Amino acid sequence: MVPTHYYLTLSAILFGLGVVAFIFKRNIITIFMSIELMLNAVNLAFVAFSRALNKLDGQVFVLFVIVVAAAEAAVGLGIIIMIVRNRQTLNVERVDLLKL
Amino acid sequence: MNAPLVVFFVLAAMCIIGAISLILQRHPIHSALSLIVVMVALAGLYLLMGAEFVAAVQIIVYGGAIMVLFVFVIMLLNAGLEERTNVSRLAGIGGIPLAIALTGFLAAAVARSQDTVQAAAQTGAVAPTKALSRLLFQDFVYPFELTSFLILVAIMGALVLAQRENR
Amino acid sequence: MPILNYLWIIPALPLLGSAINGLFGAKWPNKIINTVAVGSTGLSFLAALEAVREFTHLAPENIPWVQQYFTWIIAGDFRAGFDLQVDQLTVVMLLVVTGVGWLIHIYSTGYMAHEGGYYRFFSYLNLFMFFMLILVLAANYVLLFVGWEGVGLSSYLLIGFYFLRKSASDAGKKAFIVNRIGDFGFMLGMFLLYKSFGTLDFVPLFAKATPLPADVMGHLGMFTIACLLLFTGACGKSAQLPLYVWLPDAMEGPTPVSALIHAATMVTAGVYVVARSHILFTHAPTAMFVVAIVGCATAFFAATIGLVQTDIKRVLAYSTVSQLGYMFLACGVAAFSAGIFHLMTHAFFKALLFLASGSVIHAMGGEQDMLKMGGLSKKIRWTYLTMLTATLAIAGFPPLAGFFSKDSILLNAYQSDRGGRILYAFGLLTALLTSFYMFRLIFLTFFGKPRYDEHKVHVHESPKSMLVPLVILAVLSIIGGWIAAPAFWGAPDYFAKFLEPVFAQGGAGNAEAAEATAHALETPLAIVAVVTALLGFAIAFWLYLRRPGKPEQLAKSMRGAYTLLLNKYYVDEIYAALIVKPLLWLSTNVLWQTVDVRGIDGTVNGIAEGMTGVGDGVRHTQSGNTRSYAVWVVIGAIVIIAIIFWPYMRPTAVGVVR
Repeated sequence: MVPTHYYLTLSAILFGLGVVAFIFKRNIITIFMSIELMLNAVNLAFVAFSRALNKLDGQVFVLFVIVVAAAEAAVGLGIIIMIVRNRQTLNVERVDLLKL
Repeated sequence: MNAPLVVFFVLAAMCIIGAISLILQRHPIHSALSLIVVMVALAGLYLLMGAEFVAAVQIIVYGGAIMVLFVFVIMLLNAGLEERTNVSRLAGIGGIPLAIALTGFLAAAVARSQDTVQAAAQTGAVAPTKALSRLLFQDFVYPFELTSFLILVAIMGALVLAQRENR
Repeated sequence: MPILNYLWIIPALPLLGSAINGLFGAKWPNKIINTVAVGSTGLSFLAALEAVREFTHLAPENIPWVQQYFTWIIAGDFRAGFDLQVDQLTVVMLLVVTGVGWLIHIYSTGYMAHEGGYYRFFSYLNLFMFFMLILVLAANYVLLFVGWEGVGLSSYLLIGFYFLRKSASDAGKKAFIVNRIGDFGFMLGMFLLYKSFGTLDFVPLFAKATPLPADVMGHLGMFTIACLLLFTGACGKSAQLPLYVWLPDAMEGPTPVSALIHAATMVTAGVYVVARSHILFTHAPTAMFVVAIVGCATAFFAATIGLVQTDIKRVLAYSTVSQLGYMFLACGVAAFSAGIFHLMTHAFFKALLFLASGSVIHAMGGEQDMLKMGGLSKKIRWTYLTMLTATLAIAGFPPLAGFFSKDSILLNAYQSDRGGRILYAFGLLTALLTSFYMFRLIFLTFFGKPRYDEHKVHVHESPKSMLVPLVILAVLSIIGGWIAAPAFWGAPDYFAKFLEPVFAQGGAGNAEAAEATAHALETPLAIVAVVTALLGFAIAFWLYLRRPGKPEQLAKSMRGAYTLLLNKYYVDEIYAALIVKPLLWLSTNVLWQTVDVRGIDGTVNGIAEGMTGVGDGVRHTQSGNTRSYAVWVVIGAIVIIAIIFWPYMRPTAVGVVR
C-alpha cells in the first residue's frame, strides 16, 4: 500500500509548483491555469485524507471543488476576454492602469 | 516494492513533469496541454486510491470541459509566445524564496505528522459511488443545491462578459 | 459691632479699594481715586484701632484670638483655613501697617499728583495693603504665605510702576526673582513643619512644639533645618545677605513705594515670621546663631556700602538693609521683643526719611544725586526739620525712638553667651557708621553752598498733603520709644511687658538673674551708644562742613577701598557671572535648543515625519502591478499557513500525538 504521506507530499509539491507558476508567468491564461493546478493539488490531498480516515466526506468535498472550479473558470475566462478586448494584450504586466 | 507503489511513482512523476512543463513552456497552448497531462495523471492516482467516481468526474469535467474551454479561449484570443517583461521587481526577487518557503512548510508539516496518518486498511466502501451519492443527496443536499445555483450565476456571468459591444 | 468677630473687614477694605480703583479708576479724576484709596485705608486703620481696643478687654485665656472664616484647603489630613488671629504681636504689626500705610497714602496723593497711571498706583498700593494685612493677621503658615507672595507681587508691580523704563522693569523682575529664591526655602520649611507636626496652624503647632526637646547646638535636627529654611525665606523678603541685592534696585519705584514697602512693612515681614516662629527658633540654637550672625554681618556690610553712595535713596536703601540686620540680630539673641520694638521705631523714622527724601526730590524737580544738592535747609524748612528729626532718631540720640530700640538690641547682644561681645562690637561699629552716613546725607543735602544751577531748579516746599504725614511721623519718631523708656529708671519696659505673653514661652526671657545684670549694664552701654552717635556726627561734621575737600582727598588716597564700596563690593556682578550667566547658558543651550527644539519638537515633528515616511514606504505596495499583488497574496498565504501549522512544526510539540 502506498502510505498516505506520499500522496500528501506530492500534493505539497504540486501546490508549490502551482505557486511558482502563479508568480513567474506573465500570460494571464497561464496564471489561470496555475490556479487550476493548485486546486487539483488540494483535491489530491482531500482524497488522500478521505482514504486514510475511511470516510467519504473528502470525496464529496472534491466534487464541490471541481464544480466551483468549473464555474470560476467560465467566469474568469470571460473576464480575460474582456481584458484582451480593452487592453489588446495578454501580458499581465501591461494591465497596470492603477499604477501611479 | 509492490505494484501499487510503482504505479504511484510513475503517476507522480507524470504529475510533476507536467507541472514543471507548465512552468517552462513559453506558449500557453503547450502549458494547457501539460496541464491536461497532470489532470489525467491525477485521475489515475484517484483510481489507485479507490475513488472511482472522483476519477471519472475529474476526467469528464476537468479534462473534458474546463481544459477544452481553456484551449478554445487560447485559440480565440490568438495568444502568442509569452513576452519577457520584467516590470515587477518584487516578483522577480521574492518569488523563488517564497515558493520554497511555502512548499517547505507544507512538506515539513507532512513529514512531521507522518506517523499520525496511517495508511488505510482497505479502500473501504463497496460500491463507493452508491455511498457517495447517498452522502451527497442526504447529508450534503443543501450545498449541492447551492452549487446548481452557482453554476446558473456563472453561466449568466459568462454570457454577459462575452457579449460583443454593440453600442 | 465687635470687629474681633469680623476681622476680615480689616484686609477686605483695602482690597475693595484696590478693585474699585483698578477696574473703574482709569477715567476718574484724581480726587475720586484719592477718596477711594485713602478712605479705604483710613477705614481699615480705624477698624484696626477698634479691634485693638476690643482686644485689650479680652480675657487672657482667649488670647490668641482666632477666627476661622472658611476652609480653604482640605487634602487628606491637611486642613488650611482662612483663619485670622490676633495676639499682642499682631496688634503691634497691625497698628504699624495700617497707621503708617495710611499716612503714606495721604502723602502719595500729593507726590504722585502729576504722574500718569495715578489710579493704577493706588490700586496696587491698596492691593499691597490687603496682602500685608493678610500676612500679619494670618493664623497659619499657609495663609501667611499667601500674604507673603502677594506682597512680593505688589512689590514687583510697584517697583516696575514706570515700566516704560527698562531699569525699572528690570528692578521689578530682580526683586521678584530673588524673593522667589527665598520663598523656595520658606516652602520647604513649611513642608518640613507639616511633616513633623501634621498641622500648619500656629496655635496647635506651637503647642505641640513647646514640650519637645531643643536641638543640640551644631546638630542639624528637625527644628534647626526648618528654622533655617524659614530664615532663607526671611532673608529673601527682608533683604539680608546674600539675598539683599534687590532692595537697592527697588529704589526705581516711586518714593512712597520705597517708604511703605521697602522700609516700613514688606521688608519687616521676615522679622515678623521669625518672631512669630520664636518657639521653633528657641528650640534650634544653631539656627538662632545663624540668624544673629547673618543679621550682624548684613548690618555691618550694608552700612559700609552706604558710606559712599551718592544717590539719596540708595543711601536710605542700604540703611534699611542695615537696620533690618539689627532686627535679625535681636531675634538671633532671643530678644524678640527688642527686635519688634526696633521694627516699630524703624517703621516710623525710615518711612519719614524716605518720604522726606521724596519731598527733597520733588523740591529739586526730580534730582536724586546728593552731589548736586546743597544749601536747602533754609529753602525747604519743614522737610529739613522732619528729616533731621528722623536722622537723630536713626543715629540713636536720646530721647528719640531709635535710641531705645537700638540700645535694647545692643544690650541683649552683649549679654548673649555665643560670641556676644563680637556681635556687640560689630553692632556698635555699625551704629557709628549709621550715624556717620546719615549725617553725611543731611550735610550734603541741606548744608553748604548750593551745587546746582539756581536758575534751572526752582526749589519749592511741598504741598500740605505731603508735609502733614511728615510731621506726624516726626512726632512718632520722637515719642515712639518712650513706651520702653521707663526701663531706665527701674520701672518695667512697657513694650516688652505688652509682648511678654507672646514671647514668654520657650525661654525667650532670661529670668531674673539676667534682669539684674541687664540693669547694671544698661546705663554704661547707653552712654557708650550715645558717645558713638556723637562721634559719627562729629566725623561727618568735620568732613563735610569744616573741610569740604577732605572727602575727595580721602577717596583718592584710599582709591581701592573707595571703588570697592562705591561698586557695592561688585556683588551684583559676581552674581551675574556666577549664577545668572550659567543659568542663561543652561536655559538657552540645554533647555531650549536640546530639550525643547530637538527633544520635544523633534519628537512631535518626528512622529509626524515618521508617519509620512511610513506612508511613503507603504505606498509602494499599491504598485498597480498585478504580479506583485500576486506575490503579496502568496506572502499572506504563507503567513496564515505558518500560523496554523506552527504548533505541529515544533520538535517537541505538546498535545500532538507522535
